[in-house]
Amino acid sequence: MARRENSEINAGSMADIAFLLLIFFLVTTTMDVDSGISRKLSEKPPENYEPPVIKQKNILEININRNDELLVEDERMEIADLKQTTIDFLDNGGGIGKTVEGVPTGACDYCNGEKSDKSSDHPNKAIISVQSDRGTSYGMYITVQNELLAAYTELRNRYAKTQLKGQYAGMSYDDLILLSGNDKENKALKAVINKVKDAYPQIISDAEPTK
Amino acid sequence: MSKFGKKKKGLPAVNTAALPDIVFMLLFFFMVTTTMRETDLVIEAPQLPNATEVKKLEHKSLVSTIYVGKAKDQAKFGSGDKIQLNDKIATVNDVANFIYSEQEKHNPEEIPYMTTSIKSDVKASVGTIHDIRMELRDINALKVSYSTRKGDLANNLK
Repeated sequence: MARRENSEINAGSMADIAFLLLIFFLVTTTMDVDSGISRKLSEKPPENYEPPVIKQKNILEININRNDELLVEDERMEIADLKQTTIDFLDNGGGIGKTVEGVPTGACDYCNGEKSDKSSDHPNKAIISVQSDRGTSYGMYITVQNELLAAYTELRNRYAKTQLKGQYAGMSYDDLILLSGNDKENKALKAVINKVKDAYPQIISDAEPTK
Repeated sequence: MSKFGKKKKGLPAVNTAALPDIVFMLLFFFMVTTTMRETDLVIEAPQLPNATEVKKLEHKSLVSTIYVGKAKDQAKFGSGDKIQLNDKIATVNDVANFIYSEQEKHNPEEIPYMTTSIKSDVKASVGTIHDIRMELRDINALKVSYSTRKGDLANNLK
């Protein structure tokens, strides 16, 4: 039998096949970008560990009760005021900082606070302690954490804008973080970010919740 | 006369030869930008709290997710906050084993970079979250991310 001339393959149902695959992937996959408030938990202390004595003025005590009410340094407070209170506490700079790797950091020369001797000595000594109740709602807890982080971010932004020199002068901390997202290998940028972070290190501790 | 008298027979069919190409393009787009849905929820889909200071979680393969919320089947599991690990409702004591099994899937050098994402409903209680946190601390899985959406804080307290 003589061979017929090669006729073209009918590709009319190709689109149907592709649609089928497309719909399969639409159904089985998700597109949500996972984002959240990231935290590093403190390590488990060894047994018989005695916590170092910390001056009361260097601790900002925040309590949240089971009715989602806020108590800051034994005074009732609304959530809207928490950020400013935190900033005032962190930025006080009333004394000298702690000694990092043998080098004393001295007084905080970039702080704009009141320099009162009743509030924190230095941002690197200032500790925020959050104690919630077991019945506190998760939404309230996250709101408080968010306000605390917002306070840190505002201070870091200000520090970056006013204190940085050279290539990154005038940029805020947020800008630096954005830049580093696109350029992960840049060591100089990383060093600058760490410098800003060290100026206002995040020291937030979660106390054992009350029952 | 015959040249002009011809009438066209209706509209010609639209050429659909390029349709598969378009659909394939869409298909590849979705294949690249999305990730496989890993778990079926046995708890009610948690309403995540809103926050403004959010960080994106990178390296999805290094993230283990713990869900907290109310069970869908409350007659079987009871009311109150439930913890979902993989496809099952579990107790707090199972968290350590869950994290260990997640760690086993990765190279030892990647383990310090592994993050635990807690996807919890706004109405869950802090006690449950704290219990999970204590378990994570005991096994030295210290990187935690409280999963939130970007948005208005006022919605958290309703």
